[in-house]
Formats: sequence, C-alpha cells, structure tokens
Amino acid sequence: MTVRIQTADFDVGAEIAALRRGNRKIGAVASFIGTVRDVNEGDAVTEMTLEHYPGMTEKAIEDIVGQARARWDIYDALVIHRVGTLRPTDQIVLVVVAGGHRGEAFAACEFIMDYLKTRAPFWKKERTGKGLRWVEARETDDIAAERWRLKG
Amino acid sequence: MITVLYFARLRESLGQGSEQIALPATVRNLEALRALLAARGGAWRDELAHDKRVRAAVNQAIAGGDSPIADGDEVAFFPPVTGG
Repeated sequence: MTVRIQTADFDVGAEIAALRRGNRKIGAVASFIGTVRDVNEGDAVTEMTLEHYPGMTEKAIEDIVGQARARWDIYDALVIHRVGTLRPTDQIVLVVVAGGHRGEAFAACEFIMDYLKTRAPFWKKERTGKGLRWVEARETDDIAAERWRLKG
Repeated sequence: MITVLYFARLRESLGQGSEQIALPATVRNLEALRALLAARGGAWRDELAHDKRVRAAVNQAIAGGDSPIADGDEVAFFPPVTGG
C-alpha cells in the first residue's frame, strides 16, 4: 500500500506500471483520476488551492485503504493526492487498485474514493470572478460514502 | 498543555493556525473544549458555537464531542472536508 501527499503532478502510466511490476497474480487494475473543473456552483473557476492536515491526512487514507483491503480480496492499492495551487485540467487525485478480478478492483477503488471525499482532511479554496471562496462540503458525498455501510 | 490546530476557513476567521492551551480542570472532553473556545466570543462564537458544522480530531483521529482530552493531546477543529 502506498499513500503520497505531494505538490508535484503524477504520471498515471508510470504509477500503474510500478504497482503492477512483477506481480503475476494481478488480473485487474482499476483506477480513478480526479481533475480540476473550470466551473463550480455555476461560477467559472480559474484556480484552486488545496490545504491538508499533515500527518492526519496520511493516517486517514491509510485507514481507508486498510478498510478496503479487509473488505475485498485485493493485492495492492495506491493513493496520490496533490496539495497546493492547481488550475483547470490539472490532476488532483489518483487511486489505483490491483486485484485478481475486476469486481473487487472496481468496488475497492470506488469505496476508497467515496471515503476519501468525506473522511480525509483536505479543503479546497477556489478563485472565481467573485473572488476567493472555500468550497462547501456536498451532502451527495456523504450519501455516496454512507451507501457502503448499507451494502455490508 | 494541549495543542489546538485550526484549518481552512476556521484558521482564517480565527486568525491563527495553532495555539497552546492550559486545560482547565473542568474541561475533560472535546465538547467542553469547544464550549470554552466559543465563549471567547466574536469569530470564536461564530465558528465554534454548538450548532455550527465543525469537525474535530483528537491526536489525528476523527473524534466526537464525548471524546476525552488530556494533557499533551493534539486537538484540531476544521470544516467538513472537501478533498478528492
């Protein structure tokens, strides 16, 4: 399991290749990439700054990946999340899950992302034509995370 | 002493990212600490009053109001998270 918080961009192909390297048991790799949109709440976004809680962020994501590994039979997982100032089209987050079959890989990847959105301490501040504003948490993100509890 | 950290909107409106607090004998859990800070008034009341949507962590783990607090702990207050 690898968790990295960094300001630098990441190379998806290189990261997936590194995760798969030499592991002959892997039959499925699922990945999710979150990117910066140029619009939010109806306003054009020109820039966004991500703040985090150093130390707790890493622990929170490691705990989430640990829960995914306990729930699904997956071989490895990688989470990279950027902080600092980003612009539309920039990559923000990468989640990669490798397993024997696609079912576990897809489910674990979505679970990690849904839990990260509601439990990992990151905060976005965006710049629009109206100035700077903190992004408000969405109720739909809580609902997305909650449904994994119901699935058992 | 405990260390209290503030993040994102709270850090900006409270005008500081961290402080050291000597715990009064009556403050033994997170809810009591939050009430103590809100009693400072102004932005403190606005951000930390009981009905505000604030999340908290004790020693870098998400914690609820009845979570105990003791000398040497690291406590953090912050808005609901918006990463990903």
